[in-house]
Amino acid sequence: MNDIDARGYASPEHLVSTDWVQENLSDPNVRIVESNEDQLLYRAGHIPGAVEVDWVDDLNDPLRRDYLNRSEFEKLMQRIGVTPETCVVFYGDKSNWWACYSLWVFQLFGHTNAKIMDGGSLKWQNESRALTKDKPELPKTQYSASERDDASIRVFRDGVLAHLKQSGKLVDVRSPEEFAGTRMHMEGYPNEGALRGGHIPSAVSVPWAKAIDPETGCFLPASELRRIYETEGGLSSSDDVIAYCRIGERSSLSWFVLKYLLGYQNVRNYDGSWTEWGNLVGVPIEKSA
Amino acid sequence: MSISSKPSIPTGLAELLDEFALLDRDMKSELLIELAERFVPVPSSIACVPYPDEFKVPSCESDAYVFYQRNPDKTLQFHFAVLNPQGISAKAFAQILQENLSGQALEQVCSVSDEIVFEVFGSGISMGKGLGLRSMIQLLKALSNRERL
Repeated sequence: MNDIDARGYASPEHLVSTDWVQENLSDPNVRIVESNEDQLLYRAGHIPGAVEVDWVDDLNDPLRRDYLNRSEFEKLMQRIGVTPETCVVFYGDKSNWWACYSLWVFQLFGHTNAKIMDGGSLKWQNESRALTKDKPELPKTQYSASERDDASIRVFRDGVLAHLKQSGKLVDVRSPEEFAGTRMHMEGYPNEGALRGGHIPSAVSVPWAKAIDPETGCFLPASELRRIYETEGGLSSSDDVIAYCRIGERSSLSWFVLKYLLGYQNVRNYDGSWTEWGNLVGVPIEKSA
Repeated sequence: MSISSKPSIPTGLAELLDEFALLDRDMKSELLIELAERFVPVPSSIACVPYPDEFKVPSCESDAYVFYQRNPDKTLQFHFAVLNPQGISAKAFAQILQENLSGQALEQVCSVSDEIVFEVFGSGISMGKGLGLRSMIQLLKALSNRERL
């Protein structure tokens, strides 16, 4: 049993080790994808054969606040050499924030054959594994995607309001200060224009970083995750849960934890998050005492 | 008039900003990576870990620090530390400031706008990164101003 299998996750097949990636670098059915916040990182050195998917340039609509559409997703898949059968392994900076965000966006189009490389790019780098500046030359593939499904794993503001009326569970994965309303942005980041601070009523605070071992950058074992999200956070795997943060990136990581590591069947990411909720007229907000 | 053509900016920095203005995105990235690869952290003779908070760049996600030594001609020699091993943009920008503002007249150093971050990285830089890098130059200017007065 490898380390990841021993951690007791509900769907361990969605998380792979750096060793696994190393062993599968030349597998034509595996595509390694790097997604970062810092656009220089991929160009400065990436896993041999890895392609870059940038959260701004590749996944977001340049005009509207929304994601790419089906046709654009198909073009992206063709460009990065992915077929519907390809196993896509994401990794990146910041403990895999953007890797999880990319994986989540891929799943909006039904590409569920996707994994996260545990520990992200920093673990690969710290293990002194090979890096290259060479971009792979990939044959253009054929890819027919499903229409984007915004219902199963994504939720909009009206859905959050309906969820509130049904006393659904919400998890706020921002910092405790953002949750309390004493800060309207995470430390080190600007206020992106939210006019109100606080959190969505009834949300529990489970900062995203609690799911990560600070020493290794890897996800904690399931028993520890259950203590954090369930014993302390009051969630249950049978709950209908909405995760949110500032713009949906940190909550993508928490969504991945709840869905694949703890096996929650009904968990959605509210990507509008606080930059939307904190500006909406008339919606309820709570602040911690 | 672009910020880089203001006469009060040190000549080397103005020339570098003019060069950045001519580069496409890929070339700009290559230059930034080259700069980051030249980055040498502050020598232990100047500062040791744990670095004092007064030299820490506020709001910088890469945990950057700005230090300086006084030169005999009353200019300053700047040094930087970037604790985040993946803080490549912070290292690149620190290298730009170290190479182009060290040894320059403090009046000129203090006249450099923090908006040069956008000339170097483009307007598409993320808000978080933009804030941290602007804070880096603001701290460097504050330290320079303290020495100037």
